Amino acid sequence: MFKITNEPIAPHEVIHAVKAENAGAIVPFLGIVRDNTGGRKVSYLEYEAYPPMAEKKMAEIAREIYDKWGLDRVAMIHRVGRLKIGEVSVAVAVAAPHRKDGFEACKYAMDRLKQIVPIWKREVWKDGGEEWVKPDPVFFNQSAET
Amino acid sequence: MKVRVKYFAVCREMFNRDEEEMELPDGAVLMDILKRLEEEWPEIPEYYEVMQMSVNWEYATEMTKLSDGDEVALIPPVTGGNDV
Repeated sequence: MFKITNEPIAPHEVIHAVKAENAGAIVPFLGIVRDNTGGRKVSYLEYEAYPPMAEKKMAEIAREIYDKWGLDRVAMIHRVGRLKIGEVSVAVAVAAPHRKDGFEACKYAMDRLKQIVPIWKREVWKDGGEEWVKPDPVFFNQSAET
Repeated sequence: MKVRVKYFAVCREMFNRDEEEMELPDGAVLMDILKRLEEEWPEIPEYYEVMQMSVNWEYATEMTKLSDGDEVALIPPVTGGNDV
């Protein structure tokens, strides 16, 4: 399951999508809208995506995970539109026979999502300012990798 | 040939549109689109280093050849997920 959605994310959806009888571990991750960025109070966030390409790149990340760990059950949902503090912006789940690979692959999935999946975040602050977020330079330098 | 060009996030705001159809000569490459946009927005070369482009949902380079009906996108630095 690789999905861009306007609707609130139900975390159990990604967990349900990766369940399998041989999977002794399911590692979910939720990204939540935080109330501040570097101390500056956030009013709300806006996410925008290029949906067909974003879903294609998510599927590509799942293939990379299969190549690295042999895991074939990965689900990713990212929300777009206006999100309030406390809402889920992204949900990822990876199923694995054992937890070690599951934790590693789930972290990898999130790192790659931030590098190659075309999704953009705009922060609107309580003091009235707003800005499209610039990526972490470490991630950005790797962003051309495929 | 005709291609569809899509603009996202900061690029959408820069050009004040989210997509358009562009008529290009046969054999055109992505750079030809950038040259065309440069006429409208001369500062665009400053952004080449941080901006990516895609053709038909795949990252592409300035020299990527275009075909009739291609979907091109200007992709500013991506920032999905969250910061934890």
